Amino acid sequence: MSEMDATVEQHSPYLQHHFDDLHQQLDSSTLGMWVFLLTEIMFFGGMFGAYTIYRHMYPEAFASTSRYMEPVLGGINTAVLICSSLTMALAVRYAQIGNRKLIRIMLILTMIFGVAFIGVKFSEYYLHYKEHLVPWLDFQYPDHPEFYHNAQILFCFYFFMTGFHAIHMFVGLGLLTWLLVKNERMSFGPTYYNPVEITGLYWHFVDIVWIFLFPLLYLIGANK
Amino acid sequence: MNHKVVPLRTYFLIWALLICATFTTLGVAFIDLGPWNIVVAMMIAFTKMSLVVLFFMHVKQQTALTKLFVVAGFFFLAILIFMAMTDYGTRSWMDSGRVW
Repeated sequence: MSEMDATVEQHSPYLQHHFDDLHQQLDSSTLGMWVFLLTEIMFFGGMFGAYTIYRHMYPEAFASTSRYMEPVLGGINTAVLICSSLTMALAVRYAQIGNRKLIRIMLILTMIFGVAFIGVKFSEYYLHYKEHLVPWLDFQYPDHPEFYHNAQILFCFYFFMTGFHAIHMFVGLGLLTWLLVKNERMSFGPTYYNPVEITGLYWHFVDIVWIFLFPLLYLIGANK
Repeated sequence: MNHKVVPLRTYFLIWALLICATFTTLGVAFIDLGPWNIVVAMMIAFTKMSLVVLFFMHVKQQTALTKLFVVAGFFFLAILIFMAMTDYGTRSWMDSGRVW
Protein backbone atom coordinates (compact mmCIF):
# COMPACT_ATOMS: atom_id res chain seq x y z
CA MET A 1 0.00 0.00 0.00
CA SER A 2 2.68 2.45 1.00
CA GLU A 3 4.59 1.52 -2.14
CA MET A 4 1.58 2.43 -4.31
CA ASP A 5 1.21 5.78 -2.57
CA ALA A 6 4.82 6.53 -3.31
CA THR A 7 4.31 5.72 -7.00
CA VAL A 8 1.26 7.96 -7.17
CA GLU A 9 3.17 10.83 -5.61
CA GLN A 10 5.96 10.54 -8.16
CA HIS A 11 3.57 11.09 -11.06
CA SER A 12 3.65 14.58 -12.50
CA PRO A 13 0.22 16.27 -12.22
CA TYR A 14 0.47 16.93 -15.97
CA LEU A 15 0.89 13.26 -16.92
CA GLN A 16 -2.36 11.79 -18.22
CA HIS A 17 -2.91 8.24 -17.03
CA HIS A 18 -2.94 6.64 -20.49
CA PHE A 19 0.70 7.59 -21.13
CA ASP A 20 3.74 5.77 -19.70
CA ASP A 21 5.66 8.97 -19.01
CA LEU A 22 5.90 12.66 -19.93
CA HIS A 23 8.38 11.84 -22.68
CA GLN A 24 5.88 9.59 -24.43
CA GLN A 25 3.08 12.11 -23.83
CA LEU A 26 5.02 14.90 -25.57
CA ASP A 27 5.98 12.67 -28.52
CA SER A 28 2.34 11.57 -28.89
CA SER A 29 0.88 15.07 -28.78
CA THR A 30 3.52 16.26 -31.28
CA LEU A 31 2.70 13.42 -33.68
CA GLY A 32 -1.03 14.05 -33.20
CA MET A 33 -0.58 17.74 -34.03
CA TRP A 34 1.38 16.83 -37.16
CA VAL A 35 -1.47 14.53 -38.26
CA PHE A 36 -3.82 17.52 -37.92
CA LEU A 37 -1.34 19.69 -39.84
CA LEU A 38 -1.30 17.09 -42.66
CA THR A 39 -5.07 17.60 -43.05
CA GLU A 40 -4.34 21.34 -43.16
CA ILE A 41 -1.68 20.77 -45.85
CA MET A 42 -4.28 18.94 -47.95
CA PHE A 43 -6.91 21.66 -47.24
CA PHE A 44 -4.65 24.42 -48.53
CA GLY A 45 -3.16 21.95 -51.04
CA GLY A 46 -6.52 21.70 -52.84
CA MET A 47 -6.46 25.46 -53.37
CA PHE A 48 -2.78 25.46 -54.40
CA GLY A 49 -3.53 22.62 -56.85
CA ALA A 50 -6.48 24.45 -58.41
CA TYR A 51 -4.35 27.62 -58.58
CA THR A 52 -1.61 25.72 -60.45
CA ILE A 53 -4.10 24.40 -63.03
CA TYR A 54 -5.74 27.79 -63.71
CA ARG A 55 -2.43 29.63 -63.82
CA HIS A 56 -1.28 27.09 -66.42
CA MET A 57 -4.49 27.69 -68.44
CA TYR A 58 -4.47 31.53 -68.29
CA PRO A 59 -0.85 32.65 -67.75
CA GLU A 60 -1.23 36.13 -69.35
CA ALA A 61 -4.45 36.96 -67.50
CA PHE A 62 -2.87 35.92 -64.19
CA ALA A 63 0.30 37.93 -64.88
CA SER A 64 -1.78 41.03 -65.74
CA THR A 65 -3.11 41.21 -62.14
CA SER A 66 0.31 41.89 -60.63
CA ARG A 67 0.14 45.64 -61.21
CA TYR A 68 -2.88 45.82 -58.89
CA MET A 69 -1.22 43.89 -56.06
CA GLU A 70 0.82 45.52 -53.30
CA PRO A 71 4.16 43.64 -53.36
CA VAL A 72 5.76 45.96 -50.79
CA LEU A 73 2.87 45.54 -48.31
CA GLY A 74 2.95 41.79 -48.99
CA GLY A 75 6.71 41.72 -48.41
CA ILE A 76 6.36 43.68 -45.16
CA ASN A 77 3.67 41.24 -44.04
CA THR A 78 5.94 38.29 -44.86
CA ALA A 79 8.67 39.83 -42.68
CA VAL A 80 6.12 40.52 -39.90
CA LEU A 81 5.02 36.86 -39.93
CA ILE A 82 8.63 35.64 -39.87
CA CYS A 83 9.27 37.88 -36.83
CA SER A 84 6.15 36.43 -35.18
CA SER A 85 7.48 32.92 -35.87
CA LEU A 86 10.76 33.87 -34.17
CA THR A 87 8.98 35.18 -31.05
CA MET A 88 6.75 32.07 -31.03
CA ALA A 89 9.81 29.81 -31.23
CA LEU A 90 11.36 31.82 -28.37
CA ALA A 91 8.14 31.46 -26.32
CA VAL A 92 8.50 27.66 -26.70
CA ARG A 93 12.16 27.90 -25.71
CA TYR A 94 11.37 29.89 -22.56
CA ALA A 95 8.55 27.45 -21.76
CA GLN A 96 11.15 24.64 -21.97
CA ILE A 97 13.26 26.36 -19.32
CA GLY A 98 10.24 27.64 -17.34
CA ASN A 99 10.70 31.41 -17.47
CA ARG A 100 7.14 32.71 -16.95
CA LYS A 101 7.95 36.40 -17.52
CA LEU A 102 9.75 35.83 -20.84
CA ILE A 103 7.04 33.40 -22.02
CA ARG A 104 4.52 36.20 -21.38
CA ILE A 105 6.61 38.80 -23.26
CA MET A 106 7.20 36.50 -26.24
CA LEU A 107 3.51 35.50 -26.49
CA ILE A 108 2.43 39.15 -26.39
CA LEU A 109 5.03 40.08 -29.05
CA THR A 110 3.77 37.21 -31.23
CA MET A 111 0.20 38.51 -30.86
CA ILE A 112 1.27 42.08 -31.71
CA PHE A 113 2.96 40.84 -34.92
CA GLY A 114 -0.14 38.74 -35.70
CA VAL A 115 -2.49 41.70 -35.26
CA ALA A 116 -0.16 43.91 -37.36
CA PHE A 117 -0.29 41.31 -40.14
CA ILE A 118 -4.10 41.22 -40.10
CA GLY A 119 -4.23 45.04 -40.05
CA VAL A 120 -2.04 45.31 -43.18
CA LYS A 121 -3.97 42.48 -44.86
CA PHE A 122 -7.35 44.12 -44.31
CA SER A 123 -6.11 47.53 -45.48
CA GLU A 124 -5.06 45.75 -48.70
CA TYR A 125 -8.55 44.28 -49.00
CA TYR A 126 -9.96 47.79 -48.61
CA LEU A 127 -7.66 49.13 -51.36
CA HIS A 128 -8.77 46.31 -53.69
CA TYR A 129 -12.41 47.00 -52.88
CA LYS A 130 -11.98 50.68 -53.74
CA GLU A 131 -10.28 49.73 -57.04
CA HIS A 132 -13.22 47.45 -57.98
CA LEU A 133 -11.06 44.31 -57.93
CA VAL A 134 -13.42 42.14 -55.88
CA PRO A 135 -15.29 39.62 -58.07
CA TRP A 136 -19.12 40.00 -57.86
CA LEU A 137 -18.77 43.42 -56.21
CA ASP A 138 -18.78 45.61 -59.33
CA PHE A 139 -15.55 44.12 -60.71
CA GLN A 140 -13.87 46.38 -63.28
CA TYR A 141 -10.78 45.69 -65.37
CA PRO A 142 -10.53 48.54 -67.93
CA ASP A 143 -6.79 48.20 -68.68
CA HIS A 144 -7.15 44.66 -70.01
CA PRO A 145 -10.79 44.11 -71.04
CA GLU A 146 -9.77 40.86 -72.77
CA PHE A 147 -8.86 39.43 -69.33
CA TYR A 148 -12.09 40.62 -67.64
CA HIS A 149 -13.25 37.07 -66.91
CA ASN A 150 -9.98 35.21 -66.46
CA ALA A 151 -8.42 37.83 -64.18
CA GLN A 152 -11.40 37.36 -61.83
CA ILE A 153 -10.31 33.73 -61.38
CA LEU A 154 -7.01 34.95 -59.94
CA PHE A 155 -8.78 37.44 -57.68
CA CYS A 156 -11.07 34.66 -56.44
CA PHE A 157 -7.96 32.62 -55.54
CA TYR A 158 -6.45 35.72 -53.95
CA PHE A 159 -9.42 36.44 -51.69
CA PHE A 160 -10.16 32.80 -50.82
CA MET A 161 -6.55 31.79 -50.10
CA THR A 162 -5.56 34.91 -48.15
CA GLY A 163 -9.02 34.85 -46.50
CA PHE A 164 -8.63 31.29 -45.26
CA HIS A 165 -5.10 32.20 -44.17
CA ALA A 166 -6.49 35.19 -42.21
CA ILE A 167 -9.09 32.93 -40.53
CA HIS A 168 -6.20 30.71 -39.44
CA MET A 169 -4.45 33.80 -38.04
CA PHE A 170 -7.55 34.63 -35.94
CA VAL A 171 -7.62 31.04 -34.62
CA GLY A 172 -3.90 31.35 -33.81
CA LEU A 173 -4.52 34.60 -31.90
CA GLY A 174 -7.24 32.81 -29.91
CA LEU A 175 -4.83 29.99 -29.05
CA LEU A 176 -2.16 32.52 -28.00
CA THR A 177 -4.68 34.25 -25.69
CA TRP A 178 -5.47 30.86 -24.15
CA LEU A 179 -1.72 30.20 -23.64
CA LEU A 180 -1.26 33.64 -22.08
CA VAL A 181 -3.95 32.84 -19.46
CA LYS A 182 -2.60 29.31 -18.95
CA ASN A 183 0.91 30.69 -18.40
CA GLU A 184 -0.33 32.76 -15.42
CA ARG A 185 -2.31 29.89 -13.88
CA MET A 186 0.31 27.14 -14.11
CA SER A 187 4.05 26.79 -14.49
CA PHE A 188 5.37 25.64 -17.82
CA GLY A 189 8.79 24.10 -17.42
CA PRO A 190 11.15 21.34 -18.52
CA THR A 191 8.67 18.62 -17.50
CA TYR A 192 5.59 20.10 -19.21
CA TYR A 193 5.39 22.65 -22.00
CA ASN A 194 3.28 20.68 -24.51
CA PRO A 195 0.55 23.33 -25.09
CA VAL A 196 3.16 25.97 -26.02
CA GLU A 197 5.00 23.54 -28.33
CA ILE A 198 1.77 22.42 -30.05
CA THR A 199 0.46 25.97 -30.51
CA GLY A 200 3.89 26.86 -31.90
CA LEU A 201 3.55 24.11 -34.54
CA TYR A 202 0.21 25.59 -35.62
CA TRP A 203 1.55 29.15 -35.75
CA HIS A 204 4.61 28.14 -37.81
CA PHE A 205 2.38 26.18 -40.20
CA VAL A 206 0.29 29.30 -40.88
CA ASP A 207 3.56 31.17 -41.51
CA ILE A 208 4.62 28.50 -44.07
CA VAL A 209 1.32 28.86 -45.96
CA TRP A 210 2.01 32.59 -46.29
CA ILE A 211 5.60 31.94 -47.46
CA PHE A 212 4.04 30.27 -50.53
CA LEU A 213 1.07 32.64 -50.95
CA PHE A 214 3.33 35.71 -51.17
CA PRO A 215 5.25 34.83 -54.38
CA LEU A 216 2.27 33.02 -55.96
CA LEU A 217 -0.28 35.83 -55.54
CA TYR A 218 1.71 39.08 -55.37
CA LEU A 219 4.63 38.55 -57.75
CA ILE A 220 3.19 36.62 -60.72
CA GLY A 221 3.93 39.19 -63.42
CA ALA A 222 6.19 41.64 -61.58
CA ASN A 223 8.97 40.93 -64.10
CA LYS A 224 6.88 42.16 -67.07
CA MET B 1 12.52 16.43 -21.42
CA ASN B 2 13.32 14.71 -24.69
CA HIS B 3 13.71 17.95 -26.62
CA LYS B 4 17.02 19.73 -26.32
CA VAL B 5 16.80 23.44 -25.56
CA VAL B 6 18.15 25.04 -28.74
CA PRO B 7 20.58 27.97 -28.21
CA LEU B 8 19.17 31.46 -28.89
CA ARG B 9 21.85 31.97 -31.55
CA THR B 10 20.27 29.26 -33.75
CA TYR B 11 16.81 30.87 -33.66
CA PHE B 12 18.18 34.31 -34.53
CA LEU B 13 20.32 32.86 -37.35
CA ILE B 14 17.29 31.10 -38.89
CA TRP B 15 15.26 34.32 -38.54
CA ALA B 16 18.00 36.33 -40.32
CA LEU B 17 18.15 33.76 -43.15
CA LEU B 18 14.35 33.88 -43.55
CA ILE B 19 14.32 37.69 -43.71
CA CYS B 20 17.16 37.69 -46.30
CA ALA B 21 15.27 35.08 -48.35
CA THR B 22 12.15 37.28 -48.29
CA PHE B 23 14.07 40.28 -49.69
CA THR B 24 15.61 37.96 -52.31
CA THR B 25 12.13 36.72 -53.35
CA LEU B 26 10.91 40.31 -53.70
CA GLY B 27 14.03 41.46 -55.60
CA VAL B 28 14.27 38.53 -58.00
CA ALA B 29 10.57 38.86 -58.92
CA PHE B 30 11.30 42.19 -60.65
CA ILE B 31 14.11 40.73 -62.81
CA ASP B 32 12.85 39.09 -65.99
CA LEU B 33 14.06 35.48 -66.01
CA GLY B 34 11.28 34.25 -68.28
CA PRO B 35 9.98 30.87 -67.18
CA TRP B 36 12.69 30.69 -64.48
CA ASN B 37 11.03 33.36 -62.29
CA ILE B 38 8.55 30.87 -60.85
CA VAL B 39 11.25 28.20 -60.47
CA VAL B 40 13.51 30.54 -58.45
CA ALA B 41 10.56 31.82 -56.37
CA MET B 42 9.46 28.28 -55.50
CA MET B 43 13.01 27.14 -54.71
CA ILE B 44 13.41 30.03 -52.25
CA ALA B 45 9.96 29.26 -50.75
CA PHE B 46 10.89 25.57 -50.30
CA THR B 47 14.16 26.56 -48.64
CA LYS B 48 12.31 28.89 -46.25
CA MET B 49 9.75 26.19 -45.49
CA SER B 50 12.51 23.66 -44.74
CA LEU B 51 14.20 26.07 -42.33
CA VAL B 52 10.91 26.72 -40.47
CA VAL B 53 9.98 23.01 -40.36
CA LEU B 54 13.41 21.76 -39.25
CA PHE B 55 14.35 24.44 -36.72
CA PHE B 56 11.29 26.44 -35.57
CA MET B 57 9.04 23.37 -35.58
CA HIS B 58 11.82 21.17 -34.13
CA VAL B 59 11.30 18.38 -36.66
CA LYS B 60 15.10 17.97 -36.70
CA GLN B 61 14.92 16.58 -33.14
CA GLN B 62 11.63 14.66 -33.44
CA THR B 63 11.15 10.90 -33.51
CA ALA B 64 11.55 9.00 -36.80
CA LEU B 65 7.78 8.40 -36.83
CA THR B 66 6.99 12.14 -36.75
CA LYS B 67 9.57 12.79 -39.48
CA LEU B 68 7.94 10.09 -41.62
CA PHE B 69 4.51 11.73 -41.19
CA VAL B 70 5.87 15.16 -42.15
CA VAL B 71 7.52 13.80 -45.31
CA ALA B 72 4.35 11.81 -46.14
CA GLY B 73 2.26 15.00 -45.96
CA PHE B 74 4.37 16.84 -48.50
CA PHE B 75 4.67 13.69 -50.62
CA PHE B 76 0.88 13.41 -50.97
CA LEU B 77 0.63 17.14 -51.76
CA ALA B 78 3.22 16.57 -54.51
CA ILE B 79 1.10 13.68 -55.88
CA LEU B 80 -2.00 15.91 -55.90
CA ILE B 81 -0.34 18.68 -57.91
CA PHE B 82 1.87 16.47 -60.11
CA MET B 83 -0.92 14.09 -61.17
CA ALA B 84 -3.30 16.99 -61.85
CA MET B 85 -0.66 18.59 -64.08
CA THR B 86 0.02 15.36 -66.02
CA ASP B 87 -3.56 15.87 -67.22
CA TYR B 88 -3.96 19.66 -67.56
CA GLY B 89 -0.33 20.25 -68.51
CA THR B 90 -0.46 17.89 -71.49
CA ARG B 91 -3.89 18.70 -72.99
CA SER B 92 -2.39 21.25 -75.39
CA TRP B 93 -0.25 18.48 -76.89
CA MET B 94 -3.43 16.90 -78.28
CA ASP B 95 -4.68 20.20 -79.78
CA SER B 96 -1.45 20.58 -81.74
CA GLY B 97 -2.26 17.42 -83.66
CA ARG B 98 0.34 15.18 -82.08
CA VAL B 99 -1.06 11.71 -81.64
CA TRP B 100 0.56 9.40 -79.12
